[in-house]
Amino acid sequence: MAGTDYSAELNKAGANATGVFGQLRFLARSYPLGAIGAAIMVLFVFCAIFADLITRFDPLSTNAAISLARPGGQHWLGADFMGRDVFARLVYGARISLAVAISCTAIGSILGIAIGLAAGYLGGWVDLLTQRLTDIMQALPLLVLALVMSAALGPSLRTTIIAISIPLVPYSARVIRSNTLAVREMAMVEAAKAVGMSEFRVAVRHVLPNTIAPLIVLATAQFGSTILTEASLSFLGLGIPEPYPSWGRMLSESAAEYIRTAPWLVIFPGIAISLVVFGTNLLGDAIRDLLDPRQRG
Amino acid sequence: MTPVIEVTDLQKHYPVRKGLLRRQVGAVFAVDGVSFSINQGETLGLVGESGCGKSTVARTVMRLIEPTGGSIRLNGTDITGLSKAEMRPFRRQMQIVFQDPFSSLNPRMRAGDIVGEVLEVHHLTRGRATEARVAELFAQVGLRPAQMAGYPHQFSGGQRQRICIARALALDPQLIVCDEPVSALDVSIQAQVINLMMDLQRDKKLSYLFIAHDLAVVEHISHRVAVMYLGRIVEYADKRDLFLNPKHPYTEALLSAVPVPNPRLKRQKRILQGDVPSPMHPPPGCPFHTRCPYVEPRCRQDVPTLREVAPGHLVSCHLHGL
Repeated sequence: MAGTDYSAELNKAGANATGVFGQLRFLARSYPLGAIGAAIMVLFVFCAIFADLITRFDPLSTNAAISLARPGGQHWLGADFMGRDVFARLVYGARISLAVAISCTAIGSILGIAIGLAAGYLGGWVDLLTQRLTDIMQALPLLVLALVMSAALGPSLRTTIIAISIPLVPYSARVIRSNTLAVREMAMVEAAKAVGMSEFRVAVRHVLPNTIAPLIVLATAQFGSTILTEASLSFLGLGIPEPYPSWGRMLSESAAEYIRTAPWLVIFPGIAISLVVFGTNLLGDAIRDLLDPRQRG
Repeated sequence: MTPVIEVTDLQKHYPVRKGLLRRQVGAVFAVDGVSFSINQGETLGLVGESGCGKSTVARTVMRLIEPTGGSIRLNGTDITGLSKAEMRPFRRQMQIVFQDPFSSLNPRMRAGDIVGEVLEVHHLTRGRATEARVAELFAQVGLRPAQMAGYPHQFSGGQRQRICIARALALDPQLIVCDEPVSALDVSIQAQVINLMMDLQRDKKLSYLFIAHDLAVVEHISHRVAVMYLGRIVEYADKRDLFLNPKHPYTEALLSAVPVPNPRLKRQKRILQGDVPSPMHPPPGCPFHTRCPYVEPRCRQDVPTLREVAPGHLVSCHLHGL
């Protein structure tokens, strides 16, 4: 039976996916939802980086003449009560959200890795102490903990980042600890010790690299939730202070007074927040499936 | 000539704790008084069924776990009480190869780096020199130096075990402890790895402590064989002596369990009844008396000692000697 054409099957299996572009196209076809998430994230990061090229309006400058202007015309998404362009504030707000998301996820993961690795690898009283401390932290809801911290430290970008990242630590620490417990029993750890490597080297070079794959998945999920937490904190007036454009505060300053008269002040920041969180979740699910072949359908 | 390694009365007891106060209520006697020695260029086969303490012996000798009692002398130096830092120079004299070639290599490191790291940790070579030395080691174990760039998952089981052997050889040790190095491999690959190990032994005058449960493999590679049962050595003899003239009833039973290629060959099979007793509650007297076909009243009371019943042939059984 010569001449059977397998090319369709092969293409489906990704055999001809060559080059960066070809591979991306193959991945996008295998994970369409993940591709949508990735597209949203690319758009989000693009807005954050090139904010000053995307809009010619200054997000901070007020103009009484266009106070509460409707969407359309020069001001695509309208203007708020102080006459600030909503589109410009959304685009610049992406910077704040991105800065918060990246730094909070990074700080939370790094501290979590350090604590989780120490607890899992050393065991004993280190493990006991850190585990009970993380229990205490996990007993308090993330938002409440962040609220208390930012209330205590006073609102600013830095305290917002600290207040959001610290409550993330227990989750990362737990993930790293449980993987460390499994990996440290593997023969490769004994082999490294038999060679006479220091405990620190064994932990960092041999155990740690084999524990962080699940953390990548967790970090993408946290990336979205930090944006949400920042928006919530700013909504409550404890996050990013005036006049910097934060999506959460854009919501809070308008929600009570203008939801009836100027709903675009509430709708567009709300869409921005939901879209980015939705995007990170889609991307996170796709990354989880990619990293864990058992979860692939 | 001092033996490369001399183990005397090695013991490893794991405490069993219970209750709120973690009081010690008993102990698992994983290794209970094991003695042996290995000369340069010699292989000691250590056999026994699962759970008899073979691997515990390997790990204790390597000082990966602390012995409860006894002494380990490496080239005449007692290494039993040495600290981690004091152990470091001695690690260059002995290395270990594990059973599972899949879990004993770090999946995130390149094969060449896995072997090269050992050299750099001991400050033996650096940079280019490391690479050259690793290439040489790869060639010695039958791998192509080009394969140094591969990750462990790109190798087959046999090739992975060769990488493990290359890592063990990197420090130029005199003793390699092999903890069932071929049990996880296909039979044809087993032969290749065993022959590689024997070639290396001839070239480098290596000594092996070779742990296995496959008697055919042990017969092929060993010079002397020790049979373990429930944490103790029950018979210890030259390979030929042990296989042709087993003295201990347990060794007899082990040997009769080896499959023979000729199906017409009828042999008297000694199939043991029952299970290995728990090492937490070893039976009084001879540990084997619960399953021994020749059990006598005194076996239940007196613990037999390892005695030389013929030149170089030690047995721990009341039926022999006296």
